Amino acid sequence: MKIWVPSDAAARACGADALVPAILAEAARRGIAVEIARNGSRGMVWLEPLVEIETPAGRIGFGPMTLADVPGLFEAPEAHPKAQGLVEEIAFFKRQTRLTFARCGRIDPLDLAAYEAEGGLAGLRAALALQPEAVVDVVAASGLRGRGGAGFPTGIKWRTVLHAKAARKYIVCNADEGDSGSFADRMLMEGDPFCLIEGMAIAGLATGAVQGYVYIRSEYPDAIAAMRAAVERARAAGMLGESVLGSGRAFDMEIREGAGAYVCGEETSLLNSLEGKRGVVRAKPPLPALEGFLGRPTVVNNVLSLAAVPWILANGPEAYHAIGINRSRGTIPLQIAGNVRFGGLFETGFGITLGEIVEEIGGGTASGRPVKAVQVGGPLGAYHPRGDYDLPFCYESFAEQKGLVGHAGLVVHDEGADMLGLARFAMEFCAVESCGKCTPCRIGAVRGVETLDRVRAGDAAAIPLLEDLCHTMKLGSLCALGGFTPYPVLSALAHFPEEFTPVREAAE
Amino acid sequence: MTPEPQLAQILQAHAGREGALLPILHDVQAAFGYVPEEVYAPIGAALKLSRAEVAGVVGFYHDFRAAPAGRHVIKLCRAEACQAMGGAATQSALEAALGQKLGETKNGVTLEAVYCLGLCACAPAALVNGAPRGRLDAAAAQALAGEVRA
Repeated sequence: MKIWVPSDAAARACGADALVPAILAEAARRGIAVEIARNGSRGMVWLEPLVEIETPAGRIGFGPMTLADVPGLFEAPEAHPKAQGLVEEIAFFKRQTRLTFARCGRIDPLDLAAYEAEGGLAGLRAALALQPEAVVDVVAASGLRGRGGAGFPTGIKWRTVLHAKAARKYIVCNADEGDSGSFADRMLMEGDPFCLIEGMAIAGLATGAVQGYVYIRSEYPDAIAAMRAAVERARAAGMLGESVLGSGRAFDMEIREGAGAYVCGEETSLLNSLEGKRGVVRAKPPLPALEGFLGRPTVVNNVLSLAAVPWILANGPEAYHAIGINRSRGTIPLQIAGNVRFGGLFETGFGITLGEIVEEIGGGTASGRPVKAVQVGGPLGAYHPRGDYDLPFCYESFAEQKGLVGHAGLVVHDEGADMLGLARFAMEFCAVESCGKCTPCRIGAVRGVETLDRVRAGDAAAIPLLEDLCHTMKLGSLCALGGFTPYPVLSALAHFPEEFTPVREAAE
Repeated sequence: MTPEPQLAQILQAHAGREGALLPILHDVQAAFGYVPEEVYAPIGAALKLSRAEVAGVVGFYHDFRAAPAGRHVIKLCRAEACQAMGGAATQSALEAALGQKLGETKNGVTLEAVYCLGLCACAPAALVNGAPRGRLDAAAAQALAGEVRA
């Protein structure tokens, strides 16, 4: 009997580790031979820990499991109170288009043989058969855009690095996933780390870079450990090193740990941090593609951008481009979080509407109260009211609606949300995390907190001042931290103006 | 505390590495529990940086401590997704149970805020001595306080 218990941090946070000895003890008591395997998360976090039993018909799931539910696993499975049936038939799972996350939750994350058996390495082999320029062409033709938030076409970035003349070039993976509501990078690194390694190796072959770095935030200790272990195994198996898969072409990589600075998710700040400096933002130009890490040409890509590449190389750019709408092509791993009934990771083609995501897939709020606002794209993303439910999820529609897709994290708030408080939090967060290089962000965020406190105290004259301040921050900041902090503030103000108007005395 | 022998080992381990300062500081903190000021000058000498440059980097990052943390470290997430699930109430319950505020170290316990652990679909969340915890409510906060004070 083979039983899978996820080792993903979200599953562990909900008690997965304690289930392992409990299952083994119960099996021993009953004289049943049990093999326990650890997998990544299927992304259905509300069911975590989601334990799976292998059967001839497929893997059947039980969740959310508690210690008390363990003995029942060895009785009639269909009668188990936590029985979910075949895992891949659960509606939330079945409805997805899982390309990047195809293996996540299905395999032992550090089992390279299982990785290959489930389609891994096919993209890298395809890339090895092509000239660098042709690899770049494939990525460009797929329409893949940077999944970190900026949405810059990945192929164009790679081409710039390919054509840059330098003795040494780099691939830097931005795994500083600091946006609240986002966990796709973490889930991929913990659940299918070889996929990211493969994507980085392909990027190296395509651009002539022989060294890569993955910069992972220190708040993700499990992801750091998984990536370090996977890199060692990949090196031992010849997937990395002097001769990638015996091709005679070199690529190697190293995992670096951040140190708790949100701004290091901004690419130039990340590069400074990687160089061992203060994580201060650099002015652009020069572009990192020309003068990046240590002043050399560098591809800086998000985890999800790089992890999408193996599938594209293996299946062809047309297949990827066929999914999606407008200039948003392919799939996007949505992360549905906060006050939501069915929270988790849902990979789907661009074009699904906000309302479908929150109400149909997410099942509305966890509290059962009506949804008030959904913040899309992290702490720098706008608050969308239910009136925005018809918005198709893509870069273009959200930009038009004064919002952003960002890293595709969605945080749902119910009626109890204090919008002025959330707007104040956005400014406060910016003030704490500002790198201090540019004035609109460094000073503006502090003034923003003060101005919102004046609004809270009933000073109506502070509202135009707040709008003016936001305008300055938007246009005058060096990077997205100061430049986008106005999005949550102004959207809260625009959609919930009654919460920003002075409270009148009840007796009046 | 004289950091010399251990520090020399750490510096040796990172010799020739590209952008070695952060990995060195992480190792120093792992070895000493914090980053003592005494290490600034020798690290600077090894990396051809001034003492001020090293101090500037240490000061920039939230992770590097100027004093050792408690035996137990609780990092409670205060970001938006956790706020949406009653994170403020969890914080109050934990503060009351421990008798200390966020940012304080007391009775061997360090309680601090963190902004996102990527556990946003099982919020509110925390890291307790590096291990993830999710779905924290007031009762779980009470239990957690009992655990770290035992």
